[in-house]
This record gives sequence, C-alpha cells and structure tokens, in this order.
Amino acid sequence: MLHLILFSVFGIICVAGAVNLLAQRHPINSALSLVVVMGSLAVEYLLLGAEFVAAVQVIVYAGAIMVLFVFVIMLLNAGEEEQTKGSHVAWLLGIPGMIALTVIVCWAVLHTQSAKVALNVNPGASKAFGNAPDIAWLLFHQFLLPFELTSILVLIAIMGAVVLAARPDSAEQSRGEG
Amino acid sequence: MSITLFIIVSVIKIAIVLFVLLTAVAYTVWLERKVVGRMQNRWGPTRVGPFGLLQPAADGVKFLFKEDLTPPHVYKPLYIAAPMLAVIFAITSISVIPFGNWITVGPVHTPLQITDVNIGLLVVLGITSLGVYGVALSGWSSNSKYSLLGGLRASAQMISYEIALGLSLVGVLILAGTFSLRGIVDAQAGYVWHFIPNWFIFRGFQIVAFFIYLTAAYAETNRIPFDLPEAETELVAGYHTEYSAMKFAMFFMAEYANMITVACLASVMFLGGWRGPIGGPQWLRELEPLLWFVLRVFVFLFVYIWVRGTLPRFRYDQLMAFGWKFLLPVAIANVVITALVVALTSH
Repeated sequence: MLHLILFSVFGIICVAGAVNLLAQRHPINSALSLVVVMGSLAVEYLLLGAEFVAAVQVIVYAGAIMVLFVFVIMLLNAGEEEQTKGSHVAWLLGIPGMIALTVIVCWAVLHTQSAKVALNVNPGASKAFGNAPDIAWLLFHQFLLPFELTSILVLIAIMGAVVLAARPDSAEQSRGEG
Repeated sequence: MSITLFIIVSVIKIAIVLFVLLTAVAYTVWLERKVVGRMQNRWGPTRVGPFGLLQPAADGVKFLFKEDLTPPHVYKPLYIAAPMLAVIFAITSISVIPFGNWITVGPVHTPLQITDVNIGLLVVLGITSLGVYGVALSGWSSNSKYSLLGGLRASAQMISYEIALGLSLVGVLILAGTFSLRGIVDAQAGYVWHFIPNWFIFRGFQIVAFFIYLTAAYAETNRIPFDLPEAETELVAGYHTEYSAMKFAMFFMAEYANMITVACLASVMFLGGWRGPIGGPQWLRELEPLLWFVLRVFVFLFVYIWVRGTLPRFRYDQLMAFGWKFLLPVAIANVVITALVVALTSH
C-alpha cells in the first residue's frame, strides 16, 4: 500500500517535472525541472529495490550531467525563448499524436507476456536485483565486452571534444616547435 | 520496535543531530577565529562572553537584524532559492554518518545514527554532488560579473575535485566490502600487533588515499588553499557578492556544515569512526564512542583551520591542473594498487 502511494507520488512528480520542462520559457527553469525528474527517477529505482542504481543516478545524472547543462546555460547566457505567433500545427498534430503513442505503448506493455531478458545473474543474487554486487557480477561477467567498449567510446568523445576546443594557433605552434 | 516508536525515536534523533550540527557550525566559526587569531599573534574574539564564547550568538543576532537587501537586477526565484539549496544539501548529508554504537534507553535499542542505509557512502557523495547547484545558481542568478565568474569557478573546482574525492574512498571500499558506513566502521575493529588499531589509514596504502581525501576535501569545501572563488582580493566576494544578511549567513552555514560532514566522513572511513578504548558503567560505555568520534572530528577540523592559517592560496589554473593532472592519477593508482593487493592476497 505504502509502496503504491510512494510510486504514484513520485511518478506524478516525475511527469510534472517533465511537463514543466516543456512549459517553462527560461532554459534554466527547464534544466532545474529536469533535475527534479532525475531525482524522482532515482526514488523510483529505490522503490524497485535497486539502491545502487538510484544512488548512481543521483551522483551521475543529477549531480554531474545536469550541472553541465546548467553550466552551458549560464555561460551562453541563454535568455527566455521567444514565442512567435504562427501556425498551431504543433498543437494540432502533436497532442493527439502523443496521446495515441502513450495509449499504444501502455497497451503493448500491459498485454505482453513475460518479455523479460534472460540474464546470467549471480545465483546468489537478491530477489530485488540492483545492488552493487549484482550489478558488478553482470558487468564483469556477461557484459564485460560492452563495458570496455563503452569506456573506449567515452574516451573517443573526450578526445573529440579536446580537438574541437583546441585553439588552432596553439596547434600550429606546437607543430612548428616539434 | 513498532512503527510509532520508530518514528518518534527517529524524529528525536533528527532533532538532536540537527541542533548539535547547527551549534557545531556556529562554534567552528568561533574556533577558526580563535585559532587563526592565535596563529597570527592576536587574540581573536575575547569580549563577548568568556573567551569570546558568545560571539556566534552575537553574530547570529547581527545577521538577523541586518537589512536583507534584494538587488533589483537579480533573477529572483533562484536568487532566493540558491542559499536554501546550499544549506539543505549541506545539512542533509549528516543523516547517514554513524556517531556511535548501539544504545539502549528503556525499551528502545537504537544505533547512534539517524539511519543506516546500506548505500550510506553513495548517499553522502550524491548529496555532495548536488551541493554544486547552490553555488552555481547563486553565482548566475545574482546577475553580476563577479558573481558569475566566482560561481563558475567555484562549481568547476567542486566538480573537478569530487572525482578525486570519490576515487580516494574506493580503496577503503575495496578493503571494507560494503557501502554502509556502519559496516565500514565495523570493519575497522580490532588491533594489529595488539596496539596498532586496525584503522584503514594504517592498512596498505590508504595513507596516500587519506591525503588525497584531505586535499580534495579542502577543494570541495572551498577552503584555503583552494578558496580562490571566494577570496576578497580576487573576485570581490565571488558567488556571494550580492547577498546580504541571512542569505549570506546561510552560505557560511553551508560551508561550515560541509566542513563538518567531510570531517565526519574522514573519521568514519579512515580513522576508525567511533572506535576507542571504553570502560566503566554501562551507561558510560554507550556514550564513550561518541566522545571518541567527536575527538576525531575535532582533530580534523583543527587541521582544517591550521592549514587555513598557514598556507597561501592557489591560483585558479594551478588549482585545476593540480586536481586533474596530479590528484586524479594518484587516486586511480591507489585504487589499482589496492585492488591488486586485495585480489592477490585473498586466496
């Protein structure tokens, strides 16, 4: 009972945050609404028994990625967005389309028989999967290759960012000296 | 324990810890002024009360009566919310720190800790990560160039040193095997060779991790030698330039509460928590661990203040280079070596 109440409350907060993200005109308010969404997702993970995932969601998503978003908004001095009086195509097609999509997704989820992925979970894993030992077992046994490849992917992204941000004259200087 | 009794006990514990924490914040300010004053060959506060002990009360009254000015050019919602966010996140992270062992008061058998979550360490790290918002948003919402630059510098510094902070604790986690802070303290029980306590600072290379943690903690809490973002000579007053009275006081409360939380976490992770020789009657036995814990926190805070009175501050580029090019590789090396040693010696 308490589980259902908590789930509903934080689900509503999550959806409200997401709707607020779209409705706000100033990007900083949208970014902070997204932080609220991340926080309530972390609580939903907690309700599923995945406490490690919940903590990592807060540390990584709400505490690092969203801080980066906020930095960008602060540095680029993004102001309130202008609203042009124009066509209402977005409203006319968007809202019915979104409602249709929600209905289709809910119907598909509710009517699918056990569409679970078989994971070679550690046989001693807890019933509520998601604490650190369970995830570590999966990460280093079944998903070791994707794990290592993801780290290389992130490294490539970092190198790309460094190359893009490097000033051209300093690159020429170092080539001239070296 | 029934639900009602549990809730009542938890509320009492929260009230006590909150009261003690806020008093400790006020008296840490007093301690700093006294110690730094003595180091600079002057008295520090002496007039208000004996040894200046009522100075924090006088400062509190002063802040309450000051004019709470809101400049017209600020972005009001975030300007008012940012100091509140800073204080909320600074005070919340104390909720998983274990202060002592289990105590029994009448029908109630409860640990001296608000809650023992089994991911306690991650909760503290997560709340520390969220604490960046108070600084970044206050700098931006003040709509002034000094505040914006100070806020950006402070938050960039905080997120850079968070990484080294977290990694320095991974060595301890490998040795302890649990994220729960009470579990980490319990893993430091006993003595090696009968007189060296089994604290993590003495085990393996964790002394290196301890110093990485110390340095990263100074940078996280924006203290000298890493306090460029709030130095008066550099950026007027950094991210709290446009704040006055109570909101300014809230930023200071947040900074000192962060210091105390970091000191408590260091005591738990490296210095053995509340462990120490205990003896005497039963009621005294339950309170002595608390005294040992407070002693460790006091020593850590004294070192904080000592460093503040002694070292000059880093320039910002030196600060960032130090965090990324030195502390981070050393922290990673510490993790790798600790993991190797544990893996090779555990069979």
